[in-house]
Amino acid sequence: MFDITPTEWIAILLSLRVATVATLVATPLGIALAYVLARRDFWGKSLLDALIHLPLVLPPVVTGYLLLLAFGRRGPIGAFLADNFGIVFAFRWTGAALSCGVMSFPLLVRPMRLSIEAVDRRLEQAAETLGAAPWRVFFDVTLPLALPGVLAGMVLGFAKAIGEFGATITFVSNIPGETQTISSAIYSLIQTPDGDTAALRLVIISMVIAVAALIGSEWFARRATKRLHGN
Amino acid sequence: MLRVDVVKQLGEFSLRATFETEGRVTGLFGASGAGKTSLVSMIAGLLRPDRGTISIDGEIMDDTAKAIHVPAWRRRIGYVFQDARLFPHLDVAQNLDYGRRMNRLADDPTQRKRVTELLDIGHLLDRRPGKLSGGERQRVALGRALLSKPRLLLLDEPLGSLDEGRRAEILPYLVRLRDEARIPMVYVSHDPAELRQLATQIVLLKGGRVTSVGGVKVLSG
Repeated sequence: MFDITPTEWIAILLSLRVATVATLVATPLGIALAYVLARRDFWGKSLLDALIHLPLVLPPVVTGYLLLLAFGRRGPIGAFLADNFGIVFAFRWTGAALSCGVMSFPLLVRPMRLSIEAVDRRLEQAAETLGAAPWRVFFDVTLPLALPGVLAGMVLGFAKAIGEFGATITFVSNIPGETQTISSAIYSLIQTPDGDTAALRLVIISMVIAVAALIGSEWFARRATKRLHGN
Repeated sequence: MLRVDVVKQLGEFSLRATFETEGRVTGLFGASGAGKTSLVSMIAGLLRPDRGTISIDGEIMDDTAKAIHVPAWRRRIGYVFQDARLFPHLDVAQNLDYGRRMNRLADDPTQRKRVTELLDIGHLLDRRPGKLSGGERQRVALGRALLSKPRLLLLDEPLGSLDEGRRAEILPYLVRLRDEARIPMVYVSHDPAELRQLATQIVLLKGGRVTSVGGVKVLSG
């Protein structure tokens, strides 16, 4: 039961790589958008908010197909990136990271936004009167005080990215060693006559990863909160 | 010299204030709701006047006609808030040092020693604001504003959130500050007794209008 085959290892490592890259790339963008949504009023704000949340309510297969249309080899963005920067998403692990990033984005942004909204603006004003430029106020006051929420968003995004299935398989298919993540490997295994044991193994592994991520986030959040307010 | 001539509409409340002061400590006196905090926020640059001008020693901070608004962080105006507003994630020493760092001032141990002694906060340096009493917090906030070497110090009811005992604890520090620090101050209060002890000049504010400007005797008038 616990002999993990090389193919399974590849799927596990690929999942971890895809989710890590997706989270790390999505985080700065998520923080920036969370800040803008929490602190600025502008025309089209609700539209932007809706757009970010779209992957949460659209059928994943639709999101995956839209990604294929936009980022596929012949898609406008995909062709541009491939021709000018040599970045290819279609049927590559990078494409899996992109779809996981898009699908997990609403979950990643939300805690970040809430924690930035909760930062006392009066402290930001105090920093301003002490001579801190707006970007310094952000890095010295806003971001450190919002850190527990930022970490929570990262972990939630990571956990979602690890488990993403529908959009990824639609966009980059299910190629072992390239785009076959744990989820798509489980899907393949339960379609194979003798795949049950192996599928169950991967199910357990994905549960372990998810639980570890949650415990990790709890630990980070507690540590960050303590660092912020304790001694 | 501080010159203020501003108009600001805040919901139902309209603030129109014109005054000019020269003294070491300008007392801004008025009941709550008179517009004192809005006025100092405008001097600090945290609030923009709808119309008007603000200048300090001839240097223009706001001039709406010329579309000039120097942002708060470039004004070098210290602000001690009623609620201290210390950074909870930094210890007292880091809080005190913040303004110096932001204004890229050279480290000045003599000045730091002088201020920590003046305010008697030397023993608190490695504590977090969460572990300080209200009076200690307010003293650290004062020190933090002073160490940013401001050209003007705004004190918005710095004793307002403290009980009687604590007020008596801080007031002597403020008197020492006035006599030793050589920084012009605007001191906001609704307590005539406090202002009689501290202010050298009074601006009376009532319902968003300046009703009189003069020596401390206008408080009794």
